[in-house]
Amino acid sequence: MQDWILLLVLLAVMTAAYHLGRRRAVIGAGGPSQVHRLHSLPAYYGLYAALWAGLPALLLLALWVGLQDQLVLMLLQAQLPEEMTAGLSEGRLGLLVNDIRNLASGAMLSTEITPELQAAADQYARLDQLGQWSMWTAVLALALTGGWVAWGRTHPGFKARNQVETMVMAIMVLFSSIAILTTLGIVLSVLFESLRFFSMVSPLEFFLGTLWSPQTALRADQVGASGAFGAVPLFTGTLMVSAIAMLVAVPIGLLSAIYLSEYAPRRLRAVAKPVLEVLAGIPTVVYGFFAALTVAPFIRELGQSVGLDVASESALAAGLVMGVMIIPFVSSLSEDVINAVPQSLRDGSYALGATESETIKRVIIPAALPGIVGGVLLAVSRAIGETMIVVMAAGLAANLTANPLDSVTTVTVQIVTLLTGDQEFDSAKTLAAFALGLTLFAVTLVLNVVALHIVRKYREQYD
Amino acid sequence: MTDQTPASAPNQRTIDAVNTSLKRRRAKERRFRRLGAAAVALGLLFVALLFTDIIAKGHTAFQQTYIKLPVALERAQIDPEGSGSAEVIARANYLGIIRAALREHFPEVTARRDKRALYQMVSVGAPQLLRDRVLADPALIGTTAEVWLLADDDIDMVVKGYIDRDLPESERRVKDRTLGWIERLEAEGRIAKRFNTIFFTNGTSREPELAGIAGALAGSFYTLALTLLLSFPIGVGAAIYLEEFAPKNRWTDVIEVNINNLAAVPSIVFGLLGLAVFIGIFGVPRSTPLVAALVLTLMTLPTIIISSRAALKSVPPSIREAALGVGASPLQTQFHHVLPLALPGMLTGAIIGMAQALGETAPLLMIGMIAFIVDVPAGFTDPATVLPVQIFLWADSPERGFVERTSAAIMVLLAFLILMNLAAVLLRRRFERRW
Repeated sequence: MQDWILLLVLLAVMTAAYHLGRRRAVIGAGGPSQVHRLHSLPAYYGLYAALWAGLPALLLLALWVGLQDQLVLMLLQAQLPEEMTAGLSEGRLGLLVNDIRNLASGAMLSTEITPELQAAADQYARLDQLGQWSMWTAVLALALTGGWVAWGRTHPGFKARNQVETMVMAIMVLFSSIAILTTLGIVLSVLFESLRFFSMVSPLEFFLGTLWSPQTALRADQVGASGAFGAVPLFTGTLMVSAIAMLVAVPIGLLSAIYLSEYAPRRLRAVAKPVLEVLAGIPTVVYGFFAALTVAPFIRELGQSVGLDVASESALAAGLVMGVMIIPFVSSLSEDVINAVPQSLRDGSYALGATESETIKRVIIPAALPGIVGGVLLAVSRAIGETMIVVMAAGLAANLTANPLDSVTTVTVQIVTLLTGDQEFDSAKTLAAFALGLTLFAVTLVLNVVALHIVRKYREQYD
Repeated sequence: MTDQTPASAPNQRTIDAVNTSLKRRRAKERRFRRLGAAAVALGLLFVALLFTDIIAKGHTAFQQTYIKLPVALERAQIDPEGSGSAEVIARANYLGIIRAALREHFPEVTARRDKRALYQMVSVGAPQLLRDRVLADPALIGTTAEVWLLADDDIDMVVKGYIDRDLPESERRVKDRTLGWIERLEAEGRIAKRFNTIFFTNGTSREPELAGIAGALAGSFYTLALTLLLSFPIGVGAAIYLEEFAPKNRWTDVIEVNINNLAAVPSIVFGLLGLAVFIGIFGVPRSTPLVAALVLTLMTLPTIIISSRAALKSVPPSIREAALGVGASPLQTQFHHVLPLALPGMLTGAIIGMAQALGETAPLLMIGMIAFIVDVPAGFTDPATVLPVQIFLWADSPERGFVERTSAAIMVLLAFLILMNLAAVLLRRRFERRW
């Protein structure tokens, strides 16, 4: 909470610096009537002072908040008496430190309060307090120093606008590189954890093994203690659910795009298009709920009435609902490419005596095909990465099956299950999620790059 | 164009060949058109089905069953010394008072097991509600008041008709004995459905009748506010630089392709990033709006950058040239002239990005938003959950009472999403400008 107060104080300091800097510039020029003697507009001198006062201090604050906790804990652990830490494993030590923190913050404790623990908690509270105070001092001192530097530089001939603009430009460059940093962060973090996983489980077993049971046992002598990480059942499950989804989405999406752009009267189009796009805006968790509680029981009853044995969490239910979700995606992308086909091609076809459907089937679709394929690839990538629908409606059992009425599991489902329970960062079980994440990221990335390339190349063709 | 059969017989002309095939071709045309119309109809049907299903399941959750009983609030039990202090009143045994009221109303129930079943008709949260009521109105002490007591979720399900009273007793959650009491209370007019304020004021709970969305709404609010605060300035800044200042070279090409790809990366991957980097390396506290906002910022950034660039592109170059011509610096041109004109388009993109963030679930599961948190969060670093994750958690709960609550929470979520999208559409209409 105190961090937020410091942030507010810092904002106040920046406001004050703005006014002071502006005033100094105006007075230096010889009063409000003489501002034309300044190099820049007065506001730029204020902004210059505010940026100098605020930016370095904000940066320091962010760093400090990020690192203080770890630093205090490190100091604390170094100062703990020998007899408390002797013979403790890393996990036990973590628990002890947690107890100390809880005691310091006055929360309920799981263990008895010993004098040593109390002493350690007091020590923690002292260190924490010390950290807080030094943070306030350091941040405010830096802000004042910054303001003072700006104050010293402000005189009528000073090129404040150029300085401010350089800083703003630098900030904008920084902002645009965040996108790159994000990709880099994704690749590095996922890759790093995956490499640790592959040092425990061979990639060959992971990509070619057909047995998936990641539950590592509590005791070494338990049955299935080693855990098996053959991801093939997950890949086939993902492919099956995605294939069902595409079987629903591509015909319906493509046909409705054709109908809406070529046949539909304007009024129908004005209503139907936004209503269909509503499907794209519905959160996936809602589809998941719909699939698990409405579609899956319906399919099971339907199957039972014709004597089929349908799992209560069938791939079919998840795939169908996912297909519905992707319909607007396919239809809006195909509509874009269909509309991009020049009218002259249509006119030429009509002039030869073709009917509308013949024109569509033999002229427009072939002309728009690359774009449509690109759109479908994007839709496939979306289906593979979709999580909530399959988490809620597909199962957890890693079956290697080709029967859509059976329960299957997918890559995304396993990532969620592996990471939402208790976590230890070193176990193969947790790290397996990152290996799956890497596979998912790589596959969708390739699909996206190819699809975007096709779509873009196609768009330029008729421009 | 299809039937170009060469005129084999000397007296057959092309027109005859066309005429003979024309009927077939027209039929094909009609079939194709009907197929297209059917596809559109099917799509519309799905929308209708989804909404009617959710509303049919969820509308009942906005009402909750209460049982009206005369409750004797004796002074001796609540505030024996007549001190009137809130602390004493708060500590009284309201559970006992409610149980006494139940025994009073059903004097014939004497067996121990029957009594237990009788007590279970009232929610475990009822004593606290009664306490709050007495605290708010101490004048009630010493009187026998007719109090609406919150019913248990099983009773609620019977009254709302979700538990079939005609089923054989062994297949029914509510036994015949309890059913008899319900029917008697119904005949006396002592059971009624009243507006469910608990749903909007409580955090979540293990008991369906006490579970509400206030905690999740607050969590969503803090998360979205911080997401907007972070992603809008960053997105707009990046868009201005990339669109207006960046030199056209390999590096900016890489950034461009990269942003387009990020927009299509599965959201769950962002959750992995958040877990490994924000929680693992920077030690941001898990399950807080802060870490959720950081992840959602990275996720919505591509959307905002792409739409902001489109908005900048639609501002005609003449505006820039005029500004530069009268002596504005390139940055002044952008911030004083181009940005104000592009702002409505940027805001539209931001609203759409926020709607996406509001409905997002998968990455938040990875960073601990899935924890069971009863308290309503009061800041960016309090443990919290968000509305879609709450929906996910409730959808997993086995109690029948949670089905209607999940649907109702979905209705609230969809209402917010529709409002946001409507705002985006209106904004676009209001400020759309053709140059």
